[in-house]
Amino acid sequence: MGQDERVEAPLIHSGEWNIHYDYAVGETATRFFSRLRDEGKIAGKRCPECKAVLLPPRAYCERCFVKTEEWVDVGPEGTIEAFTIVYEPFDGLPQPPYAVAYVTLDGASTAMANFVRGLDLSVPEVAARELAVGKRVEAVFIDARKGTITDFHYRLK
Amino acid sequence: MPVKTAIVGVGQTDYRFKRTDVTIQELAVEASLKALEHAGMTMGDIDAIVLGIAPDALLGINAVDRWIGEALGVAPRPLLRVNTGGTTGAAAAQAGYAHVASGMARRVLVVAADKVSESPDAQWVLNTAMDPIYERSVALNAINMCSFQAVRQMDQYKVTERQLASVAVRSRKHAQLNPHAHLRAPITLDDVLSSRYVCWPLKLLDCCPRSSGACAVIMAAEPVVRANHSRAAWIRGMGATSNTIYMGDKMGPGRDVDHADWDELAMAAARAYKQAGITDPARQIDVAEIYAPFTCTEIAAVEALGFAKKGSGGLMSEQGMFDMNGAIPVNPSGGVLSANPISATALARIAEAALQVMGDAGPRQVPGAHQAVATGIGGTLQFHTCMVLASDA
Ligand SMILES: [Zn+2]
Repeated sequence: MGQDERVEAPLIHSGEWNIHYDYAVGETATRFFSRLRDEGKIAGKRCPECKAVLLPPRAYCERCFVKTEEWVDVGPEGTIEAFTIVYEPFDGLPQPPYAVAYVTLDGASTAMANFVRGLDLSVPEVAARELAVGKRVEAVFIDARKGTITDFHYRLK
Repeated sequence: MPVKTAIVGVGQTDYRFKRTDVTIQELAVEASLKALEHAGMTMGDIDAIVLGIAPDALLGINAVDRWIGEALGVAPRPLLRVNTGGTTGAAAAQAGYAHVASGMARRVLVVAADKVSESPDAQWVLNTAMDPIYERSVALNAINMCSFQAVRQMDQYKVTERQLASVAVRSRKHAQLNPHAHLRAPITLDDVLSSRYVCWPLKLLDCCPRSSGACAVIMAAEPVVRANHSRAAWIRGMGATSNTIYMGDKMGPGRDVDHADWDELAMAAARAYKQAGITDPARQIDVAEIYAPFTCTEIAAVEALGFAKKGSGGLMSEQGMFDMNGAIPVNPSGGVLSANPISATALARIAEAALQVMGDAGPRQVPGAHQAVATGIGGTLQFHTCMVLASDA
């Protein structure tokens, strides 16, 4: 057998994953999303031990390992804790630019992520000053609510 | 008492954007053979294998451990696959260490491999790793989760974009010393500052690349090391922490740690330092390999590791404290900003730290390095690891 001197272009086989799932969100998130969809209210759950109002609501407090029972309405106003403005397009994600913020809704102990809408994002430095940590926002509920997290978004006060 | 354990062999492929000449299994074997050669062993010497592979969807091969496992050989020995996202390679090393330290194995191969470039959709894949109920549909991904950290650092500690940029410039400067690094072209502060915003405030050059490559290490028990190896990187300490997926829990008034900081890494480091007898890390650690895929994360890490006071990491970076000739060289390899083969990245930190204390780091060797620290980070900045390696047991 002689040395094979051929130089071949690397052969590429393509593949795709497109798999459907139906996630049961559980009793806690069912209550949260039903309330959001039907009444336009955001509610967290209070831990009976550490008293933290957890948002997103959880069936168990992850610090105390006890079941949460009590629902507490929070917001609709709150304070920006962190934000980002996305300028890069990513496949499968929204068309940029878009802003996402973590907001502590009034009465909650933890911050919750959602889009911030109604803001000109075309100049990064200017938009970032508008969205500073500590700025007040309000939750805005869309009309056609489906029981998902994007039934609301944040808007600067 | 745990069996004293050392890394006696290290193998790394070059980290490149693409490796079209090999499959993922061939890539894992390539690094494994290099590590065995470095250790003076053959596959027949190995009692157990730990394989680190992060989410399958990055490769698009479900349960890829089947395919790689086959390539690593048929033998009556366990193969354990480990996945904790970005921390995967370090978690695999942790599992390998447990095998040897427990006395259940004398020689363990830990190997991790990735080809992140085979899908253009890495951030989409990482978006699917978010909580599917509450957070996935607000477009969170691996870049913007670190942007939230940078925003809080800028707010609380007045970290500047120039300080962030100094991390990128240094990483790339160091990468020129490392033939394995993926990105080696030098960059300036102005290059970083004028690169486009990806996720405010992080710009393109604040971010790691998507890389392909593999890393492997051989761990051995003390009697094996004493009998066969003149150079070894002894594992002196190992700590790890796990925290919530919800980054918002680290921001609101009820927070116990802050998303600006890596207090969880500080906890992992405290455990590793205690085991290693380290009381003054800034003085006792000669070199650090930090898992920092974005500039802001390295600033959080140098503070958590005790190299800089909380809030001063950015300034220290800008002043050159972490340069090759600085007080504590950080990432002589160029770090994650110069190569990020996700599954293998945290193991590469350990491998590089091991090479440093073995005196085998070539052009990127920190002269006289005796004790090194290597970190890992994964999930939504929720899993942290810290390993201390030293040239003596
Ligand atoms: Zn609690």
